[in-house]
Amino acid sequence: MSENKSRLQTLFEQGEFVVTGEIGPPKSANGEGIRKHAEHLKGYCDATNLTDNQTAIVRLSSIAAGMHVLKAGGEPIIQMTCRDRNRIAIQSDLLGAYSLGMKNMLCLTGDHQSFGNHPTAANVFDVDSIQLIRMVKRMRDERVFACGEEIKKDEPRFFIGAVANPFADPFEVRVYRMEKKINAGAQFFQTQIIFDLERFERWMELVRERGLHERAYIMAGVMPVKSAKVAAYMQKSVSGMIVPDEMVTRLKQAEDQQAEAVEICVEQIKHVMNIKGVRGVHIMAVGWEEIVPVIVEKAGLLPRPQAAGITQAAG
Amino acid sequence: MIIAEQKSFDEIAKMAANFDKVLLLGCNECVTVCLAGGEKEVGVLAASLRLLRKQGDRPLTTLEETITRQCEWEYLDQIEKLAEEADCIISMACGVGVQFVAERFPDKWVIPALNTKSAGGSVQHGVWEERCGLCGECILYKTGGVCPVARCSKRILNGPCGGSQNGKCEVKDVDCIWDQIYKRMAALGRMDWLMEIELEKDWSKARDGGPRKLVREDVMISE
Ligand code: SF4
Ligand code: SF4
Repeated sequence: MSENKSRLQTLFEQGEFVVTGEIGPPKSANGEGIRKHAEHLKGYCDATNLTDNQTAIVRLSSIAAGMHVLKAGGEPIIQMTCRDRNRIAIQSDLLGAYSLGMKNMLCLTGDHQSFGNHPTAANVFDVDSIQLIRMVKRMRDERVFACGEEIKKDEPRFFIGAVANPFADPFEVRVYRMEKKINAGAQFFQTQIIFDLERFERWMELVRERGLHERAYIMAGVMPVKSAKVAAYMQKSVSGMIVPDEMVTRLKQAEDQQAEAVEICVEQIKHVMNIKGVRGVHIMAVGWEEIVPVIVEKAGLLPRPQAAGITQAAG
Repeated sequence: MIIAEQKSFDEIAKMAANFDKVLLLGCNECVTVCLAGGEKEVGVLAASLRLLRKQGDRPLTTLEETITRQCEWEYLDQIEKLAEEADCIISMACGVGVQFVAERFPDKWVIPALNTKSAGGSVQHGVWEERCGLCGECILYKTGGVCPVARCSKRILNGPCGGSQNGKCEVKDVDCIWDQIYKRMAALGRMDWLMEIELEKDWSKARDGGPRKLVREDVMISE
């Protein structure tokens, strides 16, 4: 079917190794910073995630942030969580986002509000991420709302993304759940940030055993960790993440920790590029966005490819 | 059973500050079992309140009674006289009991002495855990008898989320219930069941559908 595909989807279909970045919207009503970051990433990332009140902290909305990215000539990937909206609000936002020209939707359950700045808030969790994925797919492919009512015209046609965490437990279950997401409609995946390459490889083996790499595009999540201090903090305090001791030590011993951080990240990218089934990298450098072009260049990922039939600039 | 916990003594004392003769009413069911509002707790709370008020200039008279169930008219009828005597009733039952008391004695001010926590049970001495979220449409047959609605912090129906670590939930110090569901389903040889996508739940059966009322005509007594 000829349709108005996203740049992201087109690049995957062309067989390119895709690079995405991430922008965390500000805790203010000003889109200037988002536009600046988006411009900065142009030509280095093929698309950019806009987080949805990440870690349950109130921020400028992901869809509004996506608008700023579009204006800056970039391609947004809108993150949509289940924490703050019920199925009515979610579908309404899907219609809204698509009407504004957003074409990539990344579906997540979302962090619990107890991690954020409004821990006494009620949560929603009307649907979970898998049900959300299915909802977005049915709106597109069956042209129905979640209740089954027909969408008479102009249904939202999102390229559907999901997340996978190879570092959470139980290990095998992570792959089953990924398969369930694919069955529900997920077309591409961004993984949790990878530091433990060995575990990631074992996970990819299971992914390949089940043939999942042929059913969805898998992007490895990487992150430049600015300093030994940050690494040690993440090791202790961020759940669902495994930070090996060697990395902390290596940063600690480096003369220039930031340069070392870039070095480590580039090594990781080069490593995952050679793993069968990995179709791209998702670089999460929230708070250190300006380093992304350096990493992309050093990893040998320039120039970014053109998406056939799409004139929009990368971002 | 219903799990409840006594409010802080200060809070109860403050709520009762403007009354001179109170009836402390215990309940012999769940709240007795979870050591929050049975006969023993009635005695202790009454004594503490009296002591506190004795230190001030407004002594307090307490009446004490513990009945079989506060959530049933029949048992409330039995304390009618006692209730008459008091100018306020401190109910030491769950929220249901408090409301039955208020409804049965419309001219009495009623104070809740407990915070009603959950539907659950005791897993070890002094530890009570939630088990059921009263969702109105039980799906335990799909999850090996382990409830994700009440026991997953994000009530995920296709879990576990990416925060499950070493069998623990990322949100708080409880087991990741999806970890347990998987282990149980694996042990029962039903892993394939979990590959089925559990569809959106009908929350209209839960509290989201408004206050729930159950009518069973088959057991109603017609006039
Ligand atoms: S599925 Fe619903 S009714 Fe069954 S135990 Fe869980 S909350 Fe209770
Ligand atoms: S860690 Fe487990 S129990 Fe906690 S929210 Fe995630 S799936 Fe639910």
